[in-house]
Amino acid sequence: MIEVKDIKKSFGDKTVIHDVSAIMQTGQCNLIIGTSGSGKTVLMKCMVGLFEPDQGEVLYSGESFTKMNRSDKTEIRKQIGMLFQGSALFDSLTVQENVMFPLNMFTNWSYKKKLERVNEVLDRVNLKDTNKKFPAELSGGMKKRVGIARAIVLNPKYLFCDEPNSGLDPQTSLVIDKLINEITREFNITTVVNTHDMNSVMEIGNYILYMYQGHKEWEGSNKEIIFSKNQRLNEFIFASEFLKDAKEMRMLEERGRIPNDRNIDDLIK
Amino acid sequence: MRIFNDIGQYLIMLRGMISRPENAKMYWKEFIHQCSEIGIGSLGIVAIISIFMGAVSTVQTAYQLVSPLIPLSVIAQVVRDTVILEFAPTLVCIVLAGVVGSKIASELGNMRVSEQIDALEIMGINTKTYLVLPKIIAALVVIPMLVVIAGVLGIWGGRLAGSLTNIIPPSTYDQGLLESFSEYNVIFALYKAYSFAFIISSIPAYFGYYVKGGALEIGRASTKAVVVSCIMILCADYLLAALLL
Repeated sequence: MIEVKDIKKSFGDKTVIHDVSAIMQTGQCNLIIGTSGSGKTVLMKCMVGLFEPDQGEVLYSGESFTKMNRSDKTEIRKQIGMLFQGSALFDSLTVQENVMFPLNMFTNWSYKKKLERVNEVLDRVNLKDTNKKFPAELSGGMKKRVGIARAIVLNPKYLFCDEPNSGLDPQTSLVIDKLINEITREFNITTVVNTHDMNSVMEIGNYILYMYQGHKEWEGSNKEIIFSKNQRLNEFIFASEFLKDAKEMRMLEERGRIPNDRNIDDLIK
Repeated sequence: MRIFNDIGQYLIMLRGMISRPENAKMYWKEFIHQCSEIGIGSLGIVAIISIFMGAVSTVQTAYQLVSPLIPLSVIAQVVRDTVILEFAPTLVCIVLAGVVGSKIASELGNMRVSEQIDALEIMGINTKTYLVLPKIIAALVVIPMLVVIAGVLGIWGGRLAGSLTNIIPPSTYDQGLLESFSEYNVIFALYKAYSFAFIISSIPAYFGYYVKGGALEIGRASTKAVVVSCIMILCADYLLAALLL
């Protein structure tokens, strides 16, 4: 579990994150959504320690990451895997070398054992026979999958994905979303996904944190988001007429599915 | 004010790279890789420049020494001392600032912009230690070697030019090389080489490591790294000459 407590972050005079708190549970996909410039990437970077928050703290399984010394932070970071927006693969290394890099750095395993593990994770992300290819030879979706493979190769407890679907077609985006969701459940990882992809929100959003101009505007699940009356959230999520109609349809569908003992108003925030 | 900020951040970067390696084997591998990149990668250009600079020195020194009272072997002495004291360390290092410096700045800049440095940080790797330190140590090991090679090739280039143009016979040139030779000149050249090696590697590493923006900024950082390194080499050259000669 990751707990974010009253995080505040400024750059110069501009405050980018205002007292944001959230609890992200293990074994589920936790989504941070919001428009560009809403502070979601800064919040994620504060969570992983790339930025130092001005106020507040981030707790990993109850331990304050923000207040830790460098060596303790390094230990936590070994349990973190991260998929970057641009995949951040090392250009001069092959796919195999990229995925093997964390193993080379942090284990004393034999080459054979490392290669077995690399093939295992590449197989898991449906990338076979790409070991000897360089990142420049891969498509966007393949790069993301190599990024995921590298992120999970050390069996992390926490997985962060910064806009995993950016630059991908809808079909490939769904494949990546499905993969992230499966990996989260299979390995019981606390996954945090930074996205503004509507499909991701509806498909894998067990917990959704909506950021608006650096503030936490709304939180809930993908089931609850349908019924939300938060105007800003609705304008963001259901921006087009088509999506508004889709929301109406989904609401009607969900209402039909709701058990009799639950009131529809309980779901409306 | 910006310059003080840069100096402060540069010193923080240097301090930050002193830490225990996460895996000594990986750091050694990176060090060897950098030695190869800096050393082998620059050997060709260093050889060409050195031979021509020695050759030109011989021809121009002969052109200026018109008096029949001055023996021809003096040409070899002048070429030897010019090459050892100035051309081999300073000229070669200015060229290396362009070749190696721009490479270091653009490599680190690209890694920064494409979030590869962030990816390493997330893994728990001290990126200053892993990415910057091996480059500086490799430069400190390899660049003095290149300077020695440049000195040898420069003097040989002078001999070759003297013989091809019939300015000075090889035997007279060889005799001149042994006359009034001061070993301190070689030590002084090595002092220079170590100082310039540090400048050539650390300043571009700073500009590359802290680059912000995109491809355009990487190019700007690379240019700035080369310009600042060259200026710093010239300043250090003067300071060392004033202090040690």
